[in-house]
Amino acid sequence: MPGYTIDRNICTQCGACRKQCPFSCVEKTDGVYVIGDGCTACGVCAEICPVKAVIWQEAAHEAFDKISWKNILVYLEYHHGIVHPVGIQLLGKALELAASCGCEVYGIVIGENAGEAKPQLLLYPLTSVFLYEAQENFASDLYEQLLSDCIGKLRPSIVLIGGTAQGRSLAPCAATRFRTGLTADCTGLSIRDKDDLVQTRPAFGGNIMAQIITPNTRPQFATVRLNMMEPARKSEAASVAFITCASAHPAKSALEILDAQSLAPEKDITRQKVLVAAGKGIRKKEDLAMLEELAVLLGGELASTRGLVEKGWIKSDRQIGLSGHTVRPELLITCGVSGSVQFMAGMSGAKNIIAINQDPEARIFQIAHHPVCGDLYEIIPELIRQLKAAKSK
Amino acid sequence: MKTAVCIKQVPVFSDGKMDPEKGVILRDGLVSAMNVYDLPAVETALRLREEAGGTADVFSMGPLQAADAIREAYAMGIDQGYLLSDHAFSGADVLATSYTLAQGIKGAGKYDLIICGRQTTDGDTGQVGAAIAQWLHIPYAGGVTAIISRKPDSITLQQRLDDEQVTVKMSYPCLIAVDRSIYISRMKSLPGKIAARKKGVAIITLQDLEDHDPQHYGLSGSATKVEKIYPPERTHKEPIMCLNTADAVNEIMKILENSKAV
Repeated sequence: MPGYTIDRNICTQCGACRKQCPFSCVEKTDGVYVIGDGCTACGVCAEICPVKAVIWQEAAHEAFDKISWKNILVYLEYHHGIVHPVGIQLLGKALELAASCGCEVYGIVIGENAGEAKPQLLLYPLTSVFLYEAQENFASDLYEQLLSDCIGKLRPSIVLIGGTAQGRSLAPCAATRFRTGLTADCTGLSIRDKDDLVQTRPAFGGNIMAQIITPNTRPQFATVRLNMMEPARKSEAASVAFITCASAHPAKSALEILDAQSLAPEKDITRQKVLVAAGKGIRKKEDLAMLEELAVLLGGELASTRGLVEKGWIKSDRQIGLSGHTVRPELLITCGVSGSVQFMAGMSGAKNIIAINQDPEARIFQIAHHPVCGDLYEIIPELIRQLKAAKSK
Repeated sequence: MKTAVCIKQVPVFSDGKMDPEKGVILRDGLVSAMNVYDLPAVETALRLREEAGGTADVFSMGPLQAADAIREAYAMGIDQGYLLSDHAFSGADVLATSYTLAQGIKGAGKYDLIICGRQTTDGDTGQVGAAIAQWLHIPYAGGVTAIISRKPDSITLQQRLDDEQVTVKMSYPCLIAVDRSIYISRMKSLPGKIAARKKGVAIITLQDLEDHDPQHYGLSGSATKVEKIYPPERTHKEPIMCLNTADAVNEIMKILENSKAV
């Protein structure tokens, strides 16, 4: 079986592995250290072992025909006649990856009147776009069958999908169908050795980065959240071939969609110019009113970290971070936010960040333009008072 | 109606303290508990049982101590808990985790509805539920915010898909992932907690599964490999302003004025 094992002939019983294991899964049994069942193969023990007693055992993999899988396929989410911006952002990344390894970029559009996506994609330097006609409302099973039909025919090495509600259903279903790997919500993507996709994302609760590969299967599926990548640039030299496709097996959905309503986007935190973000430095739920007041005074909205959402103090649609929203406001004031990697992955694009935190070591200070070390419970009320005074002038 | 809920035991403090020198998570003193996003999934199953009768079971994968998370579910009122625990299951990614859970659920009975939480607090991806549905060849709906109505053979749900609210009807068997907003989960009662301690957790090992080829599970069955984990880069951009309150407010007012926010 593959995995890490401790060679008891080399092990000096220093116990460093047990102490450092992020999952507390190194046990001492009958006087020797062994790696237990909770192991996730993160490799921390192997790295810190002073005598290199932790050994990685490779799996015996059946030879996989990797070479027959080439190029990159981008899922261009299409709804109400509009190609979702995340698709254009993925395209930007795909073109950059393709340039680094000399492969081609393809797109797929699934939806009602898919052909109407053509003018929106004409000027991007893709090789071809496959157009699949489907019902307007997203049904995960139907859309997945069409995406998988395209993957089966094209045999791409890499499939990039937006980390939207659609993508979070489609990607795991399609990846499972092809018995291959999926890395969700990547914050970084690069190519190594021709076509191995090196995927980076925050891991284990969001305070550490993980570098992940899909070594032995194809395609390599990755999802990326909205606003994480730069959009593709248009090119006058682009000549995209649009190919109308139909699945070999007519797909039918087991989901019967009875109604679909657009929700008012006015409070959408991704569209705000000013955001005030609350973190765990907020002592109780009622104190959020103070930050809300500040946000309103500045013409913005209140947002928060995942911690407060988990406490149930604030709704999840206000959450900034990898599992929430990626925001790029003109001004972001963080209050009592320590700055986990998963939070910062969702706001590092803010133009102007004022961070208020009592802990001078807070990680948020590393990316804040204006790191203010102080007590938010003193600063915010006074700030509100002065803002009100300035307004009444 | 037979309902299965997938739950996970996670470290309680998702933003665990880091060792600044070695860059690893310090887990000393951390306790484990059921993933908070799984609580509304358990609650949904219990409410469906109260309305429609039948059973509500939970499934989890993890080391033997993960049975504690199942006991939490017992304390809420769950009928039977299954823990998939085997050395062969460890180190599993989305593909292998979903396969293991699908195998366990398939072997334990014919469920009408399988419910998952939105995501875990440690893995943070929310991909396992949809993958289980694919292994079981049943339809999947994520982002479920309400159960609208129920019939003996189908369920009608409200889904939040980004900026759309969708009403969808699905026939059993099917799998749903529920949002936290669906229900506020009930408290664990004291009698429930006491009873939970006595109640047995069914342990499912590799040999109990229909497919017991170890190559399909754990690290062997995983398609992705974590090459390394590392602390994020430390880049100190601006000197920290450590000011008294009055000066701090003045500074912020100046920044706001410069950025034309005032």
